[in-house]
Amino acid sequence: MLLVPCPWCGERAETEFRCAGPVKPPRREFVDKDDDAWLEFLYQADNRRGVVEEFWCHEKGCGEWFKLHRNTETHQFVIGNQAL
Amino acid sequence: MSGHRGWQQAWRSPEPKASYDVVIVGGGGHGLATAYYLAKNHGVRKVAVVEKNWIGGGNSGRNTAVVRSNYLRDASIRFFDKSLKLYEGLSRELNYNIMLSQRSEVDVLLTTTSMRNMRRRALNMNRLGIEFQMLSAAQVRQRIPILAPLDQCRLPILGGSVQERAGIARHDAIVWGFARGADAYGVDIIQNAEVTAIRRGSDGGVSGVETTRGTIATEKIAIATGNENAAVARMVDLRLPLRCFNLQAFVSEPIKPVLDVVVNCPDLGVYLSHSDKGELVIGGATDAQQISYRKGGKVHMLEDTVAGLLELFPSFRRLKLMRQWGGALEFAQDGSPIVSSTPVKGIYVSAGWWGGFKAIPAGGLTFAHLIAKNEPHPLAVDYDLSRFSTLNYVLEGGTTVPTD
Repeated sequence: MLLVPCPWCGERAETEFRCAGPVKPPRREFVDKDDDAWLEFLYQADNRRGVVEEFWCHEKGCGEWFKLHRNTETHQFVIGNQAL
Repeated sequence: MSGHRGWQQAWRSPEPKASYDVVIVGGGGHGLATAYYLAKNHGVRKVAVVEKNWIGGGNSGRNTAVVRSNYLRDASIRFFDKSLKLYEGLSRELNYNIMLSQRSEVDVLLTTTSMRNMRRRALNMNRLGIEFQMLSAAQVRQRIPILAPLDQCRLPILGGSVQERAGIARHDAIVWGFARGADAYGVDIIQNAEVTAIRRGSDGGVSGVETTRGTIATEKIAIATGNENAAVARMVDLRLPLRCFNLQAFVSEPIKPVLDVVVNCPDLGVYLSHSDKGELVIGGATDAQQISYRKGGKVHMLEDTVAGLLELFPSFRRLKLMRQWGGALEFAQDGSPIVSSTPVKGIYVSAGWWGGFKAIPAGGLTFAHLIAKNEPHPLAVDYDLSRFSTLNYVLEGGTTVPTD
């Protein structure tokens, strides 16, 4: 199990958290009629090996949302240049 | 007896030629089946399969070997049943014993939700003329006598469903059989050749592929890498709606025969079969939150699966787990595979094959058709990439853990 570094609670067990996937560009404006931009927003996730930035929520803890960097090959969290 | 000496080489290990009509990236089940059907059905024999490691060393060698076609949507039922039919004839087709054992898959159902879900599947499958039946609780117990006694069940067994033609096959044999078959048609299988770049001509179409064993000229590249499809597609600035999640499976110590069907319990998120070696082969749910390429599993996922297993089979409580494996599975946005041409001329992709072992023959058949004729095979029309821009999803959920 991973220990997730919650900025408010410190390292807690992975099962307390929800990972909402890689950080995406902001939602399009509703008036935006560019189909390609909408499709990009809907479907494209940063599905790569290596460090990705993700949304996490400490669902069964403080309830806060925050972003973390995690290596998808090792599952290690990275803060600054430091692997935890 | 020959003492296992004198085995003949099953396929050549040629040096890459300067050019091919088609280069298939990825020497797993799907890539090799595609090469086989390209040569056999379409007469396209100047084909290379380039594999960065050894053939069948990825997910083709890291699955639970279940074959079945009990799906919900028409597109999936037709496709996967074709695959099962091809599996039924594959030992003869390839003259290679794939050790297909159609021991049936029994779904053990503990909730009315699952009962309704499977009843719906049965109706849809029967409508398409494919066998799938509901079972009473007594029939389930008759087929699986070692299920927990009634007084030990947290949730009562309400009933079940069965596909008699489902079963397991030998995963390595599929890879080796297709490799030998493709090789006999003149396909070059080139191992230890990793694709590093894709070359494009002045019209933007594909002109070649650079590998760690040299550059190969080709106008058609078929990407079938299992987990690296998005990465290979990025080489031509193509972004695919794919994500990789971790799935694990594990194996118990060998025991005497106790289970002669594949058991699946969607309510507990566990499925298992009893292998010829006597080991129970057990799989669970995908960790579908975090993108992952790590080989290996996670203890809390293993705990969940084992808890479900012991709820159904308390008599397995003292079994030791011998080994465990895990790794990435690739999912498209709507959970169904992608067998498609792409906006880049000459690039074809076969992707999103979580649960792809059972799909190998039909995956190869339809992908080969697409590459040879430049139009989708009738069975794979719904797997085109364009469905994401027309919002025409297939929406097939899983069977171990239904999401529909």
